[in-house]
Amino acid sequence: MDGPIFSVRGAEYAYKGASCPAIEDVNLSVASGEWVALLGTNGSGKSTLAKMMNALLVPTRGVCFVMGMDTSDAELAAFIRRNVALVFQNPDDQIVASIVEEDVAFGPENLGLPSDAIRAVVERALRLTGLSETRRRGSHSLSGGQKQRLALAGALAMEPKALILDESTSMLDPEGRASFLDCLRELNARGITVIQITHRMEEVVHASRIVVMEKGKIAWDGSPYIFWEEKRAAFGFDIPPELELLRSLRAGGFVPAGTRPAVNDLLEALCL
Amino acid sequence: MKFSNGFSMGQFVPGESRVHSLDPRCKIMGMFILLAVPFAAKKPLDFVPAAFCLYAISAASGIRFAKLLRAGRPVLFLIAFTAILNLFWTPGREITRLGPLRVTAEGVTLAFCVSLRIYCLVMMAAALMMTTSPMDFASGAERLMSPLAVIKFPVSEMAMMMTIALRFIPTLFEESERIMKAQMSRGADFESGGLIKRARAYIPILAPLFIQVFVRADNLATAMESRCYVPGAPRTKLNPLVWRSRDTAAMACVIAFVVFSLVWNRYIYRLADLLCPESLF
Ligand SMILES: Nc1ncnc2c1ncn2[C@@H]1O[C@H](COP(=O)(O)OP(=O)(O)OP(=O)(O)O)[C@@H](O)[C@H]1O
Ligand SMILES: [Mg+2]
Repeated sequence: MDGPIFSVRGAEYAYKGASCPAIEDVNLSVASGEWVALLGTNGSGKSTLAKMMNALLVPTRGVCFVMGMDTSDAELAAFIRRNVALVFQNPDDQIVASIVEEDVAFGPENLGLPSDAIRAVVERALRLTGLSETRRRGSHSLSGGQKQRLALAGALAMEPKALILDESTSMLDPEGRASFLDCLRELNARGITVIQITHRMEEVVHASRIVVMEKGKIAWDGSPYIFWEEKRAAFGFDIPPELELLRSLRAGGFVPAGTRPAVNDLLEALCL
Repeated sequence: MKFSNGFSMGQFVPGESRVHSLDPRCKIMGMFILLAVPFAAKKPLDFVPAAFCLYAISAASGIRFAKLLRAGRPVLFLIAFTAILNLFWTPGREITRLGPLRVTAEGVTLAFCVSLRIYCLVMMAAALMMTTSPMDFASGAERLMSPLAVIKFPVSEMAMMMTIALRFIPTLFEESERIMKAQMSRGADFESGGLIKRARAYIPILAPLFIQVFVRADNLATAMESRCYVPGAPRTKLNPLVWRSRDTAAMACVIAFVVFSLVWNRYIYRLADLLCPESLF
């Protein structure tokens, strides 16, 4: 695609009644197909930025363009939201229907797709998230991790071009998290842009770019490689175990310096 | 102590039975028509068709009759209350006295019939809710009420409201249980003391629960908006309602059954008199 999928310029957002803006002077341009990890402490404005990129919040100053469309134009909000799906942290706050498959269908139903088309996208979203078996179950009877996958399925059913995940893996067990990340990798490999907000460093290893927010501003933006090697200490982040491994291997001369094998390839090679 | 046990009345029981697979419009209309059977019953024997009907629903839906019977439990208090009112305050032929209160033969019959009528109503409603998924129920009700859209009644918004309310009932129970456990672990006591004391113990649960509900509503509205929901905008359905020939057949059976039971009510006592003239009824 030509042009960035997200283009935020000089954006500021102040909640009503707040003394200072939640985010200010944010400049961020994300190309289609990128996987951006958005890091930052509690209250640094990550969720606010995410909502802005989904046209749920309109910048009080500056602009936010999604696929070249201005989010402040209410007419375009529907188009933006069907192309940029947002998954929130607490699945109980986003599950609308009592039955799993009907919840997945909620988005496509709002788009007015015909039933056959809805069925096809629901089928696919359930398969991608490994929920096919639970399709007729009551959504409240799912476990916390399954509910989070249901929330993801609901977003995927919109067949979005970009996915924004706002701490959407907090309830998953290590195995569930691994399969969630696998699912994201697959989607990203198909060209879906991923913006992932997380506090867990081990989830960041797949990102192609890291953005750190501090007090409503973007404090750092760049490649993960440089981030882990040079900047992470300044922001107080732990190094993910996979990267720790890569570093030791490199130090021992097992991996030529300067090359960057994909972390998962490396792990697979080691396990064999 | 489990809160959610209190809400066993008419929770959907997933299944594949003949009743489950009927169109929700058919089931909703069918239930309202079948209500004519207990409501037309004026004497004890008139309830035979209603009992038969409930038994048939249970057999065809795979929901055990005992479970249907239990669905009436939450209203037992109401039933007892109306029964007592009817028992003592119906004028007629006195058969016995309890202190200052007269018990009449008409009162006994009326108390019996009113109790059974309420019980049948609850059981029928429960049978409908147990065999119809909340989503189906909402879309069935939406379609049945769709003529009201002409007078600007927000039918689809109401249906969405119903869907979400049904979806959140289990969540609310879970939440109140969690708050209760948290408070019990801090020494709150919900199980001892008189009614007033126990009722007062619930206040600290309701306050956080209420706040949670509002926070939740806010978050949910945001999530719905981000999934392209626009109130009142036309939506399509994953499972659109399809009226099949079996729904027509089921409605026909319902109507035939109501007619049969009205005829039954008219003639059963003459028949009973012929067979057994001294009958108590
Ligand atoms: N609805 C709201 N009304 C008023 N202020 C808000 C609202 N939501 C967030 N804020 C404020 O905006 C700032 C940024 O909040 P935001 O939720 O974007 O942070 P965050 O980076 O997502 O934090 P966390 O990691 O805790 O999710 C915070 O100071 C917060 O108090
Ligand atoms: Mg947040």
